[in-house]
Amino acid sequence: MAKMSYIEAIKETQRAEMQRDPNVFIAGEDVGVMGSAFGQTAGLLKEFGPQRVVDTPISESAIIGLGVGAAAMGLRPILVIDFIDFMAVCMDEVLNQASKLRYMLGGQVKIPLVIRTQIGAGIGAAAQHSQSLEAFFTHMPGMKTVAAATPADIKGLLTAAIRDDNPVMFIEHKTLARLEGDVPEGDYVIPIGKADIKRKGSDVTILSWSAMVHKCLAAAESLAQEGINAEVIDIRSLVPLDKECILNSLGKTGRLVIVHEAVETSGYGAEIAAMVADQGFDLLDAPIKRVAAPFTPVPFSPVLEKEWVVSEEKIIDAVKSLF
Amino acid sequence: MNLDREKMLNLYENMVKIREFEEKARELMLGGKLAGFLHLYCGEEAIAVGVCANLNDKDCITSTHRGHGHIIAKGGNIDKMMAELHGKATGYCKGKSGSMHIADLNIGIVGANGIVGAGLPIAVGVAFAMRYKKMDNVVVAFFGDGASNRGTFHEALNMASVLNLPVVFVCENNHFGMSTPQSVHQKIKDISVRGTAYDIPGKTVDGNDVLAVYEAAAQAVSRAKNGQGPSLIECKTWRHYGHFIGDPEPYKDPEEQKKWLARDPIPRFAKQLIELNYATQAELDAIKDSVKEKIEAAVKYAQSSPDPLPEDVFSDVYAE
Repeated sequence: MAKMSYIEAIKETQRAEMQRDPNVFIAGEDVGVMGSAFGQTAGLLKEFGPQRVVDTPISESAIIGLGVGAAAMGLRPILVIDFIDFMAVCMDEVLNQASKLRYMLGGQVKIPLVIRTQIGAGIGAAAQHSQSLEAFFTHMPGMKTVAAATPADIKGLLTAAIRDDNPVMFIEHKTLARLEGDVPEGDYVIPIGKADIKRKGSDVTILSWSAMVHKCLAAAESLAQEGINAEVIDIRSLVPLDKECILNSLGKTGRLVIVHEAVETSGYGAEIAAMVADQGFDLLDAPIKRVAAPFTPVPFSPVLEKEWVVSEEKIIDAVKSLF
Repeated sequence: MNLDREKMLNLYENMVKIREFEEKARELMLGGKLAGFLHLYCGEEAIAVGVCANLNDKDCITSTHRGHGHIIAKGGNIDKMMAELHGKATGYCKGKSGSMHIADLNIGIVGANGIVGAGLPIAVGVAFAMRYKKMDNVVVAFFGDGASNRGTFHEALNMASVLNLPVVFVCENNHFGMSTPQSVHQKIKDISVRGTAYDIPGKTVDGNDVLAVYEAAAQAVSRAKNGQGPSLIECKTWRHYGHFIGDPEPYKDPEEQKKWLARDPIPRFAKQLIELNYATQAELDAIKDSVKEKIEAAVKYAQSSPDPLPEDVFSDVYAE
């Protein structure tokens, strides 16, 4: 195990994969000389040169398009779109090209690309730099969507994403940048589609992903003091979803609280709730609860933003309402 | 232009093959044999043929919703194309594409595309990979006048320019973005001037003159292969039919239509071939007859091919 931060894990995983496979390259805005806004690619230009660490114009459509064309030719692009909010300007390349080409072409082509991007509020970045839009990408057959909550999960999931033969949305969270954690050394791959039980429990299942996992864990500790033993599942992969892990957990607990940072309406929690209602109805002893953001854009003022982001208290209240 | 007889007749044959394929597809569609949309290439054959005659199997193209011509000119198999139009399991894409997404990666056809202007950034990526792998090849991005107003056009030209990639951008200016005349959708007359904004040489040629297209493409391809970066070629042309089969074309001036039909690239090239003693009328007629037979055989192949199995809907979503 090595101690490293979330950002260092991103950087080191990319470095290791680029050393391992000459077909892996990075392209995006400010990934080269600057090493990305938070240092996620720092030093890689110097090590791998401008052919493999490509500073691009501010042209998101052309960045993803470049990745699609390069991937169709057998390369393994890592495309950096710094904030998930900016994905709105290159959606055609993601939705109609990257996700669908293999199918439309009858399986003639593989599109092994990774789009690295960040979600999340909490740093006063306001409505166009704080959204959690991961659900958009779960509505695209052909695309996989993963989200990492810890430095170890960064390494395991990013390695898997880069080696995957399909397009993968790799969702990072900006408030986790400095989070430190133990990261396994050597080759470490977490299969995409495997959830992780981050806390074992028997009374209620709290399900989440990305930064909210940490709030769920903190809430679980508080609940434990009140005699409620919560199991916390980090799904880690939205598509494909580890239904088995979720349903097994509900077999023990009979109660489900889904927590996500995105707005509640049409958030991915709705999909999970529907899946459980359909496939796990008999396991439930109480209604499924969702804890998510209100249906408003993300506000700027720290006072407003704090109100907007799901709090530990809201998670605790939701859990208690089931007993 | 100094092309040998074989090459000249090959240009002719490919143009005729596209025309006959499209006319047959139209007949089948109007006869209720085909589903979906069909965007016919009739009238624009000289562009695909003139450009692709400069390419080898490892050179690539990205195409458009009006893509049959590009695919045939790049060497696509008309049996598999016709089967794909019929939605058959033997089609290029096992019946999952239809007319608008046909591809053949083995001969550099990275795909037709249903989204206007989407092929350009993909072509830039293909060119990036070619250079990355130190391949001595080029990619051609075909697109129309309508696409030249999309952001992808501008982003792709700039990206190709700044990365100095081997791309030839070929604009087929048929003077309409679907129904909207060029004069309504942009103020410039020559789309080739847009190259200037990206330090890319732009050239406008008569897109109904196969030899003029061939020559312009030859220069651009050689430039790209010599590491001198991308080019933009605008080929002025006219689609004989509407945007799609069923389009009543209220936007076309009958006089203009008449004028352009008189410039039909196929009889025009046939006349040249005869005048320059490359072929006799009888030889050209024989080429046409042989093409027609191949098209009939393709239709027969398609119509006698099996349908996909219902469970095939689930295959090819993800690579294992």
